[in-house]
Order: sequence, then structure tokens, then C-alpha cells
Amino acid sequence: MTIKKKPSGPALITLQKVEKHYGDYHALRDINLEIGQGEFFSLLGPSGCGKTTLLRTIAGFEDYDSGYVMISSKDMRGVPANKRPTNMVFQSYAIFPHLTVLQNVAFGLRKSAMSKAEKTKAAEDALEMVGLKGYGHRAAHALSGGQRQRVALARALVLKPKVLLLDEPLSALDRKMREQMQVELIKLQREVGITFILVTHDQEEALVMSDRIAVMFEGEIVQCDDPEVLYRKPKSKRVADFIGVMNFLPATVREEGGKYIASVAGLGETEITGEQCPAGVPLGEATVGFRPETLTLLYEGQTATHREAPATIEEVVYYGDMTYYDVKFEGVDKPVRISMRNIFGRDVLDVGAPARVSWSPGALVVFGAGE
Amino acid sequence: MKSLKSYAILYLIFLYAPIFLLPLFAFNSSTVIAFPLTSFTTEWFTTLLTLTEMHGALLNSLKIALTSAVLATILGIFAAMAATRYTFPGQRGIMGFIMLPLVLPEIIVAVSLLIVILRMGFNTGAWSVIAGHTLICTPFAIAILQSAFASLDPSLEEAAYDLGETPASTFRLVTLPLVMPGIISALLISFTISMDEFIIAFFLTGAEPTLPVYLFSMMRFPKLLPAVMALGTILVVLSILLIVIAEFFRRRGAKRAGLKDTGGFL
Amino acid sequence: MTFGDKMRRFFRSEQGVGMMLVSPTALYALLLLAVPLVAIFVISFWTQTGVRDFDTTFTLANYKEALTDPLYRQLMLRSLMVSGLVTLITVVLAFPIAYFVSFGVKPEHKSLWIFLITIPFWTSYLIRVFLWKVILGYNGVLNSGLLAVGAIDEPLSFILYNVNAVIITLAHAYAPFAILPIFVALEKIDRSLLEASRDLGESRTMTFLRVTLPLAAPGVVAAVLIVFIPTIGDYVTPRLVGGPGGLMIANMIQTQFLRLNNAPLGATLAVLAMLIVAVIAIVFMLLGNKAAGGNTGGRRK
Ligand SMILES: Nc1ncnc2c1ncn2[C@@H]1O[C@H](COP(=O)(O)OP(=O)(O)OP(=O)(O)O)[C@@H](O)[C@H]1O
Ligand SMILES: [Mg+2]
Repeated sequence: MTIKKKPSGPALITLQKVEKHYGDYHALRDINLEIGQGEFFSLLGPSGCGKTTLLRTIAGFEDYDSGYVMISSKDMRGVPANKRPTNMVFQSYAIFPHLTVLQNVAFGLRKSAMSKAEKTKAAEDALEMVGLKGYGHRAAHALSGGQRQRVALARALVLKPKVLLLDEPLSALDRKMREQMQVELIKLQREVGITFILVTHDQEEALVMSDRIAVMFEGEIVQCDDPEVLYRKPKSKRVADFIGVMNFLPATVREEGGKYIASVAGLGETEITGEQCPAGVPLGEATVGFRPETLTLLYEGQTATHREAPATIEEVVYYGDMTYYDVKFEGVDKPVRISMRNIFGRDVLDVGAPARVSWSPGALVVFGAGE
Repeated sequence: MKSLKSYAILYLIFLYAPIFLLPLFAFNSSTVIAFPLTSFTTEWFTTLLTLTEMHGALLNSLKIALTSAVLATILGIFAAMAATRYTFPGQRGIMGFIMLPLVLPEIIVAVSLLIVILRMGFNTGAWSVIAGHTLICTPFAIAILQSAFASLDPSLEEAAYDLGETPASTFRLVTLPLVMPGIISALLISFTISMDEFIIAFFLTGAEPTLPVYLFSMMRFPKLLPAVMALGTILVVLSILLIVIAEFFRRRGAKRAGLKDTGGFL
Repeated sequence: MTFGDKMRRFFRSEQGVGMMLVSPTALYALLLLAVPLVAIFVISFWTQTGVRDFDTTFTLANYKEALTDPLYRQLMLRSLMVSGLVTLITVVLAFPIAYFVSFGVKPEHKSLWIFLITIPFWTSYLIRVFLWKVILGYNGVLNSGLLAVGAIDEPLSFILYNVNAVIITLAHAYAPFAILPIFVALEKIDRSLLEASRDLGESRTMTFLRVTLPLAAPGVVAAVLIVFIPTIGDYVTPRLVGGPGGLMIANMIQTQFLRLNNAPLGATLAVLAMLIVAVIAIVFMLLGNKAAGGNTGGRRK
């Protein structure tokens, strides 16, 4: 999917040096974030890294020890959740089981100055927006998972919040439904123009949906970038490993006449640029990473566009549209994964066969050895 | 499992046997409670109508049971909410102490309350029975309400708060309607317990007896035994009715919360 | 941060809100349970001088009397014996029922069974005990029934107004109490544990002995306590069906308070009874914990 747009507008939400402990457990470490008006922002990280905690801190459900949370340049300390311009879509959806769908959606309008008819109209409009037109009088407990999710969205959006917070909203849905809702959520967000902050542990979901992604490990934001940068220029091996698949090979880097030369096991020597080192140029011992799709196996008669290295095919995994090959370069023990699109009329290569691998120096990412 | 099932059925019969005797002898014309049965009569129920003293006791009991049930349920709501929604220092100890009357012999509760009341120069009466009954009904109310609160998804309350409600209006609009079945169930159970309770009432009732205390005094007169059976029948039927209604509400609450039912009270 | 700030912060914190919420109920229990229990304890060291007057000088005379007078000692021992036997009978009879409902009944019928078992518990205790008096009497339902069908020639007399009658009646009254905690413990056992044991080569019986029983131990301990503690202080049953030879400690406490007007001695007996029960309960809980190997039952969703 390629629905893309750039973050726009001034910072709507600013977090500065936010710290939080649960007893001895350091749940949030020095969180600094700026999230723009109208941005689709994701918090991505493994289970237990503190995504929900951070989201609930922004919503006003959790206190924090120190630092600032600001929305529209207003300090939010002491402002309770019911007074914040944020609304939340809960992981369990939290649909009130004793109310109808319409009553659920209109719940937050109780104190608004609108007339009863206007409230009903607003709720019905919101339902239509999420594709549930005509469902207003259904009992809430008789809805399917996808429908509950839509009701939760409508209920939050009807209040026109500045920020919509979504805590793993798609994780309870089956795969097909999830993919459909991903598209719908993106469209919806563009339609309403509200800032969305999405919590997810699914890297694919984050890549597909977000303008920007903050990757969290153990209460800390380790990288915050747009999906493409995150994928192409991960700042650490850990981030690289968490987002997609990355191969790593040991290397050494030296400086020669103002140029950087990397000597990579199995691949040989190549010049690298500073841009290929997101965390700075690691002179000496280093690790080189590259994505499986940046390598190509050469068939007979094909020549490499950039560089070529000899290898042996260790393992072949056939996926229908794709084939994954694990190959070993000469002098390297650990196999490297290559993903190849299957083309009609071209055979899948055999295990054990010698092969030639084409690789391009520009696709390498260089990390320090220890990172 | 087959033999276990026969054993279980026998056990149930043993459990219910005494209760089944009640209507048998309440409608039996003989004045002695013994086999063989003689003939059918409703005379003993008409006798009850003539016992004006009993009517006073009944009224007294209803008054006490109603008040105790309301008080115990309110106290139960506070404690159940605190125990399921929050953690606070000394939680286990405090909750354990509140639940203590569940196992404490009632005579201990009765004499200790009596001694304090007398020592402080008050006279016993309906109010002291209410005080005692509230104390022993509260743990039952808490047990029921705790499961009602526990089965309520806390994010429902957070959602209401997030949508702009205050804690108070969240309670009124979301919490209360969803735990209402539990509250009704707690009210009915507390009412039943208070209505049937004898020892605390016996010690603390003062000049106006409750129905069980009056019933107890009736038991000393062999002439009144058939009437005791009749009154017992009415009380037992009422209790079972209330309990069935309470169970109905409890299950409805569990169903609303989307839970699978796994057992009875406690 | 000033003290006021600290207080304000505490009462907005989770702990503070919890404390505030529980306080009405806790206060009620404090005033109507803790204070009276302490009062009983204090009065047990006093001497009665008039209808509502006490000599409040500290004395151990009541304890001396309670522990040396053979009458009190006999009542105490009988109470312990009766409630020990009642506990044994109810728990032994209840276990198979709890086991049957947990393992032999379809899940959708379990709550109905439990409900049926608990209903009698909610009916008037006084009436149920009274019914046993009617059943077990010399000219009662049982004797007259047996005579009528010719099973006996003359009424059985050993079944009313003695300890046997007290035991039968209490065992009947407390039956549902014993079933519930055992049932709950059995329900918690992960069924795959039993399959694992069978898979590892154990027979049904050995699986029961090596897996089910140890995991059910916390429930059995709870059942024992929940029956033992209240029965030892039971008043109605010995009074109605016990006769002079079946009276228990609660009857003597009542007599001291309401008839002999010796509240301090009544209080002493109450304190002693509670002490004994507490000691036995604690010892039993420790033993039970050991038997269960320190576990608290399996886990199931
Ligand atoms: N109320 C609490 N008390 C103590 N520790 C907590 C509390 N809430 C969360 N934690 C801990 O804080 C850490 C972060 O929790 P959080 O729920 O934010 O994780 P998460 O990233 O959302 O994970 P998941 O993907 O599993 O939802 C976890 O280790 C959790 O155990
Ligand atoms: Mg989470």
C-alpha cells in the first residue's frame, strides 16, 4: 500500500522529558516527542515496552513523575482525562453493553449545548462515516468485532477531538478484517483531519498506516522517523531487526583519503558514505546490514548491475509469489536471506547449487559492532 | 460417575427432606407432627391469621430486614468497589476483617454487641437488631457485588470519563446500570438473611420480637406446632422465591457483562 | 511539598481513593465488630456487681473459674468434639458431591446443581433445626414412619435430646458450606494436568491421588474452616435438639449473659472459645498449606 503523506502543521502535542515509574519499574524513560496537527502517528514496540502507558499518559489516565505533556501548547498536568481534547478507542472497544449503538455514539454529547435532534443527527452522521448507517437501534452487545470497533471510532470522533488515541484497535480482528480496517482508518483520518496516535506491536501495520513511527524498547523511544527512513536507515541493529528482516555480516571500516572503506565478510571491500551510517561512522569493528530484497540471485547469462559475490544455496522456501533463499557466502558461516519475486517461466533454484549474488554497495547500512 | 450421580441425588434428597416435611404437616389435620398423615386442612394457616402478636412480629421483621438490606448493600457497594477497582494499604487485612462475620459464630456478634449497647446505657430494640443484621449481611452483599464489579470491564468507566463525564456521572450512567443486577441480588439476599436470622435478634430485639424470635417462642407450645409448620412453610417458600429471583438477577448481570456463568453465589 | 499537598496527592492517588471508598464499611465494622470484640475481651477481666454494674479492677478470676470448673471444661470439650465430628462428616460426605459436580456434570448444568445445593442454606436456620427436632422425636416423624411401615416395634430413643441429634442436625445444616469451597478448588484445576498425568502413565486412581487431591487441598482446608468455626459456637441446634446432655459452649455463654447475669464470665467463655478456634484454625491452615505443597491450586481461565 502506498497512501503516503507528510506530516503537516505545527506541533499539536509535545512531550518533554516524561518519566514514569510503577514502583521500582521504570516504565517511561525520558520521552521527548512532537506530534503534528493532522499527523497519523504510531507507537510501535514489543509487548510490555510501555506503549499503552505512554498513550494513557497523553489521554490523562496515568500520572507521570516528571516532565511535560502539552497539547496545543497547554500544559496538561493536573488536567483530568474528561477535560482533555483527546478521545480514546480502547483495545477492548469498551462499548457500553446496556446502551444501543446510537446511545453509545451519542454518549459524549450529553453535556453539549446541542438540541436532542442535533445530537441524534451528529451521532447518525458519525455512524455513517464509519459505515454503520442504519445500525443505530441495534443493541450494542449483539455486534461483531469489526462493528464494535467502528462504533468505538464513531463514538470518539463525534466529539471532534484534537487527538484520537487508538490502543491496538485492530489486534482483536481477524487478518482479513484487519487489513480492510487499516485502509478504512487511513481514509477516515484523512477525511476528518484529526491527529491519530496509534499503538501497535505489528510493524507491518505501523509501516502501512503511519506518517511517522516512534519505536519503543523498554520504556524508551529509540527512533522516531517516517516509515521509509525507519525501514531504510534504522539507527540500530535492534530497530532493524524489529522492523522487517535484515541480514547482518561482520565488517571492518577504515578511513582512506577522506573516504570510508568497509571490508565485509564474504562480500569484499566497498566504499561507503556517511549517510549509510545512521548512528555515525563506526571506524574499526562494525556490522553491515542489508535487506533481503536488495540482493538478487543471478541466473545464467545475467550480469550484476553493481557487484557480484559467489555463494552456495543452503535452503529454499517457496511462498508462491516470492521465494526466500538462504545462501552462504564464501568464508561466512551464517547464511544470508535473499527474497526473490517469482517470475513466470523462471525456475526456482535448487538447494546446494552454486550461485552468484548481485549486491549494491548503496543498499548497505553500517552499524557499530556492539549496537 | 454413575454411582457418584446416584450418590449426589441421594444427597440432594437428604438436603431437602426436612423442608419437604413442612408443607406435608402444615396441611395435615392432626395436631401431632407424626405419621401416618390424617386429612388435608388449611386450618393452621387460618390460625396464623388470629395470632395478632405474630402480625406485629412480622411487621417488625419486615421493617428490620428492609433497612438492614439497604444499609448492607450500600456498605457493600463501597467496599466491593474499593476492593475490585483499587489497591490500598492494608487491603487484605481490612477486607478480611469486614468479611469476618461470615465465619464468626453469631452468638459472639450478639453478646459483644449486647454488652456494648447496655454498657453505653442504651436500650435494645429494632435499631440494634438492624445494626447487627447490617453487620452480618454486609459480607454477603460484598461477595455478590465484588463479582459484579469484577466482571465489569474497567475500560467502560474509563471510556465514559474519556468522553467527558465526571467520576460521579460515570458512576450513575455506566457503573450503576451495569452492576444493578448485582445490587438487586445483594438486596434480596441480605433481606432474606435478616428475615431468617434468629440469634442476634434474640439477644438484641428488646420488647418487640422479630418473626423468628416469635416463632421460637411458639415452638414451646405443642398446641401451636401445626401453626409453626404453616408459618415455616410460608417463610421457606418466601425465602426460596427471593433467592431464585436474586439468582436470576445475578445471572442476568453476568450475561450482560458477557461472562459465561460458572456457579452460584459466593 | 507541604503536608497538605501530600494529603491532597494521596487522596487523588489510587491508594487514597481506595481508602476513602472502603472507609465507610471499614468504619462500620470497626465500630460494630472490633469495638464490641475488644469490649468483650476487657470485660472478661472484670467482675459483675449489679444488674448493669461492674467492678472494673483487673482480675483473672473468671479465667480461673472457666478453666478449672469441670462443667465449663466439659462443655468446651464437647463443643470441640461435636464440631470436629460435624466437620469430618460434612467434608467427607461433601467431597464426592463437589467432585461429581465439577467433573461429572456438563458445564452448562453446573450452576444449576450448585444452586440446588445452596438453596436450603438460604431458608431459615431456626426452622430447619426445628424440623430435625420434629423428625427425630420420640413420637416424631422418623419413629412414627418406621413404626407405621413395621420396621421397628418401639420408638428409637437414642436419636433426640443428645449429642447424636446435635451432630446429625449440624451436619445437615452445614452441608452446602462444605461443598462450595471444594467445588471452587476443583473447578480451578487445569484439566490438561489430569490428561498429562494419564499420558505419563498413571492410572485414574493414582492421578486422582497424585494430582487432583493435592490441588483440591486448599478447597478442603477452606471447607474445614468454614464448617468448624461457626459450628463450635452454634446455639440453636444444641438448644432445640441437644437436651441437657447435648448443650454446648454457646448455650452456656447465653446463660451467663441473660440468665445468671454474669457477663464477665460469659465474656471469658466467649474469649476462650474464640482463642481455641483461632489456634486450631491457624494450625490447620498451616498443615493444609503443607499438604498442598505450598501451591494454591491450578489456574484456569
Ligand atoms: N498499573 C501498573 N502497575 C505496575 N506495572 C505496570 C502497570 N501498568 C503497566 N505496568 C508495566 O509497565 C510495562 C509497560 O506496560 P504497557 O501496558 O504500557 O505495555 P505495552 O507496550 O502496551 O504492552 P502490550 O503490547 O502488551 O500492550 C509493563 O512491563 C507492565 O508490566
Ligand atoms: Mg498495551
